[in-house]
Amino acid sequence: MKIIAVCGVGIGTSAILKVNAERALERLELTADVDASDLAGIAAAAADAQVILTSSELAPAVRQAVGRSFAEVVEVTNYFDVDEISRLLERSLG
Amino acid sequence: MNLPPLPDEAVVIGAHAVDWRSAVRETGRALTRSGATRSDYADRMIAVIEEFGAYVVIAPGLALAHARPGRDVRREGLAVVTLAEPVAFGHPHNDPVRVVVGLAVENAEEHVASVANLANVFNDAGAVDRLARARDAAEVRALLGIGVGGGAVAGGGAA
Repeated sequence: MKIIAVCGVGIGTSAILKVNAERALERLELTADVDASDLAGIAAAAADAQVILTSSELAPAVRQAVGRSFAEVVEVTNYFDVDEISRLLERSLG
Repeated sequence: MNLPPLPDEAVVIGAHAVDWRSAVRETGRALTRSGATRSDYADRMIAVIEEFGAYVVIAPGLALAHARPGRDVRREGLAVVTLAEPVAFGHPHNDPVRVVVGLAVENAEEHVASVANLANVFNDAGAVDRLARARDAAEVRALLGIGVGGGAVAGGGAA
């Protein structure tokens, strides 16, 4: 299973999202690879991903970039709220 | 696995910013004063928000201003600016911003560990509020669990 955390430039915010998504997965006792990506690389990065985590601000651009990808685009409001990320991941993967 | 250093020059308490650009510019000046970046880096942090929107407001009240690695980054650096008056960045849920954390990295790989440390601090939902009310640079460092020269200090963290 693969999850992509995406932000505009692929550093900073996507790395925080990646770290907290890994914490959420641990809490849910799920195993998945979580990679960080920038918006420019998202189409390639998401080709074999199940879930793309991003902010509501970037979600439309992400959806446009990935097109008819298999991956579900999930919008995270608070990147530090592991409860929120757990809930979202449980809904997508559960 | 440490956060970059946070010298006094990289901290501004109670900055007066008229808008988000001015808040990010203040953060850029702090990064430049501390020796982490050249002044152009502030323009690139602003350009990221202009291009991609206010997604850098990653939690209620907190913006993580940053740009890609580049020639204007002299070394990895961190800056913290608290705002006297909260400023709207245009985020649908997390506005207004009270604290801007500025991040500069030399390459995309090196920063993951330090960002994980930031996550440790801000996983505590009260951390933004405590940072916003910090009175000086020493208090900011204590809240982030880092020393003047970087890295963890004994007894630090989100105390």
